[in-house]
Amino acid sequence: MDQNELRELESRCIQEEPPWCTAACPLHVDGRAFAAHIGEGRWEDAWKVLRRYMPLPGILGRICDAPCEDSCKRSEAGGAIRVGALERACVQIDPPEIRILPMPSKGKRVALAGSGLSSLTAAGDLAGKGYAVTVFESGRRPGAPLYNWDPALLPPEVIDDEVDALTRKGVCFETGTDVESSAFADHCLDAFDAVYLGLDTVSGRSWDLQRNDDGTIRADTRTCQTNHATVFAGALSSSPVWQAAYGRWAAISIDRFLQGVSLTAGRDREGPFETRLFTSLADVSPLPVVSAADESAGYTRSEAQAEARRCLQCECMECVKVCAYLEKFRAYPKKYAREVYNNLSIVMGEHKANRLINSCSLCGLCQQVCPNDFAMQDLCLQARRAMVDNVKMPPSAHEFALMDMAFSKSERFSMARHQPGHETSAYVFFPGCQLCASAPAQVESVYDHLQSNLAAGVGLMLGCCGAPAHWAGQRNLFEAQAAHIQNQWEALGGPKMILGCSSCVRMFKDHLHQIPAVTLWSVLETHPPTAAVSRPASPLAIHDPCTARHEAEMRDCVRRLMDRSGLEIEELSLGREYTECCGFGGLMQNANPELAGAVAKARAGRSDSDYIAYCAMCRDNLAARGKRVIHLLDFYFPDARFPDPAARPRPDWTQRQENRARLKDRLLQNLWHEASATMESHRTIRLEISPEVAEQMDRRRILVEDLQKVIQYAETSGERFSHPSSGRYKAAYAPYKVTFWVEYIPTGDRYVVHNAYAHRMEVIGP
Amino acid sequence: MKSDNVRPEDLQWRCDKCDSDLVVGSINVAYMGNRFTADLPHCPDCGRVLISEHVALGKMAEVEQLLEDK
Repeated sequence: MDQNELRELESRCIQEEPPWCTAACPLHVDGRAFAAHIGEGRWEDAWKVLRRYMPLPGILGRICDAPCEDSCKRSEAGGAIRVGALERACVQIDPPEIRILPMPSKGKRVALAGSGLSSLTAAGDLAGKGYAVTVFESGRRPGAPLYNWDPALLPPEVIDDEVDALTRKGVCFETGTDVESSAFADHCLDAFDAVYLGLDTVSGRSWDLQRNDDGTIRADTRTCQTNHATVFAGALSSSPVWQAAYGRWAAISIDRFLQGVSLTAGRDREGPFETRLFTSLADVSPLPVVSAADESAGYTRSEAQAEARRCLQCECMECVKVCAYLEKFRAYPKKYAREVYNNLSIVMGEHKANRLINSCSLCGLCQQVCPNDFAMQDLCLQARRAMVDNVKMPPSAHEFALMDMAFSKSERFSMARHQPGHETSAYVFFPGCQLCASAPAQVESVYDHLQSNLAAGVGLMLGCCGAPAHWAGQRNLFEAQAAHIQNQWEALGGPKMILGCSSCVRMFKDHLHQIPAVTLWSVLETHPPTAAVSRPASPLAIHDPCTARHEAEMRDCVRRLMDRSGLEIEELSLGREYTECCGFGGLMQNANPELAGAVAKARAGRSDSDYIAYCAMCRDNLAARGKRVIHLLDFYFPDARFPDPAARPRPDWTQRQENRARLKDRLLQNLWHEASATMESHRTIRLEISPEVAEQMDRRRILVEDLQKVIQYAETSGERFSHPSSGRYKAAYAPYKVTFWVEYIPTGDRYVVHNAYAHRMEVIGP
Repeated sequence: MKSDNVRPEDLQWRCDKCDSDLVVGSINVAYMGNRFTADLPHCPDCGRVLISEHVALGKMAEVEQLLEDK
């Protein structure tokens, strides 16, 4: 990813876009922060927001015509926030003290004609930049036109105070000057480096400048520059906030002009613009506008607070609202994109975003809900690939899952055969690794059903589709596995694949599209099995796997199957294309087990009903959180050992491998009458493991087979530690990059395991 | 990693092969190309090192994580 790609990606996330009020305000007053402060009674902070964006806040805060209100998102749910009235309520409170720091003089003089809002704004801004500023006013006092406002709304002493503040900033006022005379124009051009004509109070009729058709002075609407380079003019508006904004823009232009830099660069978003922000009103209840008991006096403090609390605090956060992972890292995709980019860019130092990158389930829900199509899963997968390529991927992140994939690819599980008694295959059943790991008996039943119902031969392929390697960013490993599948399929004569797992469906569609494939569900629809289990009394909530997000036909097919069987279905609030991951996807469970547990728990809590899943991994992950959940196959092909299939526990990792290995052995023996491969010697070692120790081993990702290897090594070599008082032994062995330790007691023909743990660090010795 | 990694109960283990009590001393360990030393119990005769559960899941896991993110 380069800087340009990063910026393109960042710009897709609109969370940092300004709210509608700010975008609509010519001065970009942060109405959202302002309302938040008032809502919480932080009046001084609210004042500071106004002072930061608003010139002459004492004056403008009282008379602002608040065009922001027309754009307020709250107008769609009860009525726009009365920002103008809130400003008025705020500035009636004594302003917080400010220190005026004298600026070093820039040695340039600027004349301002008239002392309306625009000229006073320009004067204050220019004085703040170190220019020698003189305001010329034809009336008898500075700010004369402002004294025409209703004193109940804008008391004269407020104007006095703001003029006084300008004087302290260094602004000079010359009153009683005929600012419409040609002598004044000549004087300005002679004695000043730049001039501003505030057209809100002066006409500029004696100036020799290009004019509009209606006779007004022609000036650039954005820079306020006239055809005379040193003369600027603006504020042909009756709106106070626009008058102030013109003064501010003129001051920026004059400053740039006097410094000899571009007048226009970087000013695209000056003045009102269209924000790209999105704010959902889906969960927003309408609330009526708060009215003031005495509208002429304006809001009391408590009325203002009540009104400010109606502010929606507009933001997007659509993805973060539906994703525990995005929420966990306490930001949003725009920030995450930067963190990921930095993580990939640094050479030395801590890679702080490793966990962020590896914890994503790659489920794609963020993109589904994003108004702008931001795909966190693409970002994370791209980053994982770069980390793998640069040998920067933490070994612990995915190794266990990749070892499990290696098991699925090995002779212990992998196989491809034509149907017994057939020389060719029209179809081949590919149940996927985790259905075999979870429910091997059902795989046998399904295969039996397919053989009985489909003519011309149904072959069988056991193995892995490569999804773990894909999710881990291991492109080479994934491509090798895809090529292996392709070879096996070709060797079977190119039959149509029947896929039993939605993750396999995803992998085949995205990476093996030359292989014709259908889902098991579509075959069961055309060749329906008899439902063997009686219908449950209450509806089942259907959990779609995240890999079915873009598989509308598969989701519909599953629902038709359930409907035809008389199963009553409840849809979850986040279902179908908006479904959530069960916590396994993208190897989240490997890289961040705590988060994966929380994700599964939250998913399980979406409904109190029993769930029905059609992905074995989803079923087991939800079952592991104590959720009652059946697999669709439980309904058609029940396993007699589990009379209540919704309560079937998740097999642990050791059982998942055993289930696969035994399934292959049984099928070879029963269907093809082939002997299974001889068992490696360590697997004959008998261990006795309590459920508590087994549970801990599973959490620590230690397989029974790992311990068999340790004990075989220790008992053969004698390299073990002894603990005389307990009679226990402790030994270690590293079958791969992980060293496993086991504490055990030899008892008769077996070994009782008391504890097991592992580490990755290599111990070299003294 | 210093000797506070070693708890008294760790030294109740003995090297079964050499029939020796364990001693605490400097041991070389390595991870992801980084090599350093730590005080750990080991057999004075054959040099076999005992990694206790609290070291494996505590300090070692912590350092592994740090080095993986380096």
